[in-house]
Amino acid sequence: MLDTSRQANELADIQNRLIFVKIGFLMLLVLLGLRLWQLQVRDGLHYQELARDNRTRSIVLEPARGLLYDRNGELLANNIPSFQLYVSLEDIQDREALLAQLPHYVDIDQQEVSSKLSIKSRRGRVKIKADISLKEAALIESHRLELPGVVIQPEYQRHYPLNNYASHVLGYVGEISESQLKDPEFSHLQGGRIIGQNGVERTFDEYLLGETGEEVIEVDALGYPKRSLSVRRPLAGDDLYLTLDIRLQRLAEDLLGQEAGAIVALDPWNGDVLALASKPGFNPNDVSGGISTKDWQQFLKDTRHPLTNRAIQGQYPPGSVFKIIMAATLLETQTLSAQEMIPCHGTFPFGRRVFRDWKAGGHGQVDLNKAIAESCDVYFYKAGNQLGIDPIATYARQFGLGEKTGIALPSERSGLVPSTEWKKRVKREPWYPGETISISIGQGFLTVTPIQMAKVASIVATNGRVVQPRLLKASRLRQTGTLKENPEPPIRQLAISPQTFAHIKEGLTAVVTKGTAKLAQSKFVSIAGKTGTAQVVALKPDGDKEKNKEPQKEFRDHAWFVAFAPVEDPKIAVAVLVEHMGHGGSASAPLAKTLIEAYMGFETTQEPSS
Amino acid sequence: MSLMNDNVNRRGLDTFDWCFLGVIMAIISVGILSIYSVTNPQTTTGFPIYLKQATWMVVGSLAFLVAVGIDYHKLARLSYLLYGIGLILLIIVLIAGKTSRGSQRWIPLGPFAVQPSEFIKIPLLLMLAAYYGATTREGWVRRLIIPGLIVLPGFLLILKQPDLGSSLGFLAIFLVVILTVGMKSKAFGFVILAALMLFPFAWGGVWGSLHEYQQDRILSFVDPNSDPGGKGYHGLQSRIAIGSGQLLGKGLYGGTQTQFKFLPEGHTDFVFAVFAEEWGFLGSMVLLSLYILLFLMGLEIALKAKDIVGTLLAVGVVTMIAFGVVVNIAMTSGLAPVVGIPLPLMSYGGSAMVVNLTALGLLLNVKRRRLSLL
Repeated sequence: MLDTSRQANELADIQNRLIFVKIGFLMLLVLLGLRLWQLQVRDGLHYQELARDNRTRSIVLEPARGLLYDRNGELLANNIPSFQLYVSLEDIQDREALLAQLPHYVDIDQQEVSSKLSIKSRRGRVKIKADISLKEAALIESHRLELPGVVIQPEYQRHYPLNNYASHVLGYVGEISESQLKDPEFSHLQGGRIIGQNGVERTFDEYLLGETGEEVIEVDALGYPKRSLSVRRPLAGDDLYLTLDIRLQRLAEDLLGQEAGAIVALDPWNGDVLALASKPGFNPNDVSGGISTKDWQQFLKDTRHPLTNRAIQGQYPPGSVFKIIMAATLLETQTLSAQEMIPCHGTFPFGRRVFRDWKAGGHGQVDLNKAIAESCDVYFYKAGNQLGIDPIATYARQFGLGEKTGIALPSERSGLVPSTEWKKRVKREPWYPGETISISIGQGFLTVTPIQMAKVASIVATNGRVVQPRLLKASRLRQTGTLKENPEPPIRQLAISPQTFAHIKEGLTAVVTKGTAKLAQSKFVSIAGKTGTAQVVALKPDGDKEKNKEPQKEFRDHAWFVAFAPVEDPKIAVAVLVEHMGHGGSASAPLAKTLIEAYMGFETTQEPSS
Repeated sequence: MSLMNDNVNRRGLDTFDWCFLGVIMAIISVGILSIYSVTNPQTTTGFPIYLKQATWMVVGSLAFLVAVGIDYHKLARLSYLLYGIGLILLIIVLIAGKTSRGSQRWIPLGPFAVQPSEFIKIPLLLMLAAYYGATTREGWVRRLIIPGLIVLPGFLLILKQPDLGSSLGFLAIFLVVILTVGMKSKAFGFVILAALMLFPFAWGGVWGSLHEYQQDRILSFVDPNSDPGGKGYHGLQSRIAIGSGQLLGKGLYGGTQTQFKFLPEGHTDFVFAVFAEEWGFLGSMVLLSLYILLFLMGLEIALKAKDIVGTLLAVGVVTMIAFGVVVNIAMTSGLAPVVGIPLPLMSYGGSAMVVNLTALGLLLNVKRRRLSLL
C-alpha cells in the first residue's frame, strides 16, 4: 500500500476533473435536445408532410370509356375487365432486381420495362403491361414479396366485338405518348391515360374519355395497401351512336374481300356515312394497349399498309369518273350543248402526240349522253382542250375535290386539283395545254380520295346539295342519361342548274343501262353511276406484243365505280375503289350494285367478288 | 470531509437509491412499451419480442443484484482474468461466431446467442479502474502506453467483427478514463500529436475493415436526401419519424412511420425514433431528462467514491451508457452516421441489457461502499 495521503490527493485531483466530464456530457445532451427541437418543433410540419407522403398513394381510377354503337344501336366498342400491370415508382426498392425478375413472370421485354420506368415525366404508377393473362396475374401475386412496387390492378380494357370490321372508322386506343403529353392539346391529361389514338376514338375522344377519379390509400413500406382514405369516383364517358349502318359496313368489307380498296356509302341528303370500308384492315383489339413495340413496328412496315384508311387517305387519279365534273363544266360554261355531236375515231392528235381512246375503233358520232355512257375519251379530250385547265379546276373544287371533306376522322388527305396557278407555284413551270387533255379523263396530276368521290355522287344525286359527311349521329350523356341528336350539318347549294344535273343523271343512268357498267344493273332498283380506271403508271411496261397479255398485278389499274340510287329518289351514294383490278365496270360496279340492293332492302344471291 | 458527514445505512435503500432504481426502471419500461408498439400486431409466431425484452430485464436485474452485492474491489482484482476470458471469447466469435448481416458478433448458447463484445465491457471498466487505482502511475508509458496496449487487442477484435459501434464505445471508455486520471501536459500533447499522425493510417485501416453497408451508411450520412430509396434510407426514415412526432407526438401505436414499417430496425437501433414519433418533443425531453438524471447520479457517485478504483469505475460506467445514448440519438436524429449502436436500456437485446444493468449495479456498488473501510 502506498502513501495514503498521496492517494487521497490524487483521488481529489481525479474527482475535481469530474466536472469536465459532467460539463462535456451535459453539453452533448443539450445539443441533442436542440436537434430534437429542430426536427420536431421547428421542422415538425415538414416532416409530418413527408410522413404523410410516405404512407399515402394516390391512385388514378380510370373511368369507363364511352361505348360506341352504330346507327341502329348495335355495339361496336365496349369495355371488358382485365388485369393491368403497374409499377408504383415510390415503392420500388431495387430497380435492377425488378427489371431482372419481371420477365420471369410476365411475357415482357426487359428493355421495354426499363424505358417505361425511366421516362422522367412520370410520377406515381406506371403501366407496364396492359391486359395480362390470368396466369401471369396469379404468378405475380404469388411472388409479391419479391416484387415490391409491382401492382396488379383490375381495369377496363377497350374491346371491339366485331374485330376487324370498321377498324379504320373506330380506330383504336392506346396510352398517351410522350410527345402527346408535351402537346398543348393534351395538356389536361396525365401520363398513363388511355386515349383514342385513331378513328372516331381519336376525334371524339373528349366525349368518350370521361373523367378520372382518384383514390388515396394508405400503404406500408412495401407498398401494400392498408386502407382507403378517400375516393372520388370516376365519371364514365358519353356513349356515341355513329351514322354507320354496321350491316352495310360488314357487307362492304366482305365485298372487298382480300383486295385492297375502299368503299364509301353516304346518305346524300344529310351526309350520314353509312359505310366507310378500307381494306386491308386490322384488328383494333390487337393494337389497343396490348401491342408491343416490336409488333407495332411490324405493323407499320407492312407493305399493304393495313393502318391506312384508304377511304379518306388513299389519293388516286379519278379516271373516267372525272367525266361527271367535265360534263358539268361543259354545260355550265356553255362550251358545248348536251346535244352537240362530236365525231370519235379513236384518236385525238395533239401537237406531236396522239391521245388514244380506250376503244380502239372509236365511238362514232357522240353526244354528251353517249360520251358518258360509253366513257368516250376523245369527246372529253376535245372538250377539255376547248375549256382549258382553269375552268375545269374551278368546277372540280365546287364539287369538293382538292379539299378535305371534313369528315370527323384524323389524317384525311385532300387530293389534288391542278391549275395554272398551282403549276407555277409548286412546279415553277407553266401549264402545258397537253396536260389538260390528260386531266379531261381524270389522269395526270389530278388525285381524289374515295370519300370525295362519294361526295360527288351525293351532289349529283341531290342536284347540287353539298353536305359534309358526318359520322356522329347522337350521343347519350352519361351524367344525365339523355340522348342528344347531333344536329345535321349545314347544306350548301351549288350554283349549277338543274338542267345540267338532269343531263348528267341521264348519262349516268345510261352508263348502267347500256354503257360501261351494265354489270351494275339491278332488277330491283334503278342505279346511276360512272366507271373509272385510274392509271397506276403513266407508261405501262408495254410494247405492242404484250398488249393482250395481262400486266403484273402491281402495274394494273385501279377500278372505280361511283353511283347513286334510286335515280328518281336517291337514298344512297356510293364510291367503290378496288386497287389493281383494272376496269371499274367489271371489278367495282357489281360491288356497288350488291351494296345498293342490300341497303334498299333487296337480298342478293350474288356471291361477292373474290 | 464530506464523505464522513454522509449518514448512509449500508444495508437499506435510501432516497438516492430509490431514485436511481426508479430512473432505470422508467427507461427500461419506456423501451419495452416502444418495442411493444413496433411489434404490434405480432407478425411472427412465437414468444413476443417485448416479453423477451422483459425477460432480459429480469435476468439483468439478477445480474444487477450480484453486481451490487460483491465488493467491487474483489471484482477489480479479478478484472484481468475476466478481460482475458473476454478476449478469448472474442477470438472464438471470430472463428466460430454466428454471422448476421455480414458481422460475426454472436456465440450461440442454447436458445440464445451472447455477444462477447458487450460482455467484455464489464472487465474493461473494472480493469481500467483497478489499473489506475492500484498504484500511482507516473510517466506517460505507465499512464498511457501500457494500458493502451492492454485495451488495444479488445478494440481490434471487436473492430474486426466488424462492430464499429462497440469498438468506438470501447475507445470512448478508455479515453474518458484517461482524461479523468489526468495527463501531464507533455504526455497529453504527445498523445494528440501521435493520434493526428496515426489518423490517416488508422482511418485507412478502419475504413478498409468496414463492410460495404457500413461504408455506405457513413457516406450517405453526408446527404441522405440525395438518395431516399437507397443508402440513406434508414437515416431519412428515422428523421421523418422523429420530426413528424412534432410537439406532442402521434400517440401509442399512432406512429405511421413505425406502424407501416417505413422505419427499419424499430425495436433495436432505431427505438428512439419510435418513441419520439409516438410521444413527440415533450416525450423526448422527458426521456432525455431521465438519462441526464441517471448520468448526474452516476457522476455524483463517482465524485463521492472513497477511492480511485470506485471513482474510475463509476466514470467508466457513466461513459459507457452516455456514449451509447449520445451516439444513438445523434445517429437516429441525423447528427451522426448510422453506425449501429443500440440505445442503452431501451433497444432490444439481451446481452446489452444484462451488461448495462450489471454496470449500473457496479455503480450502486461503489455508492454503497463509500463508507466502508477497506
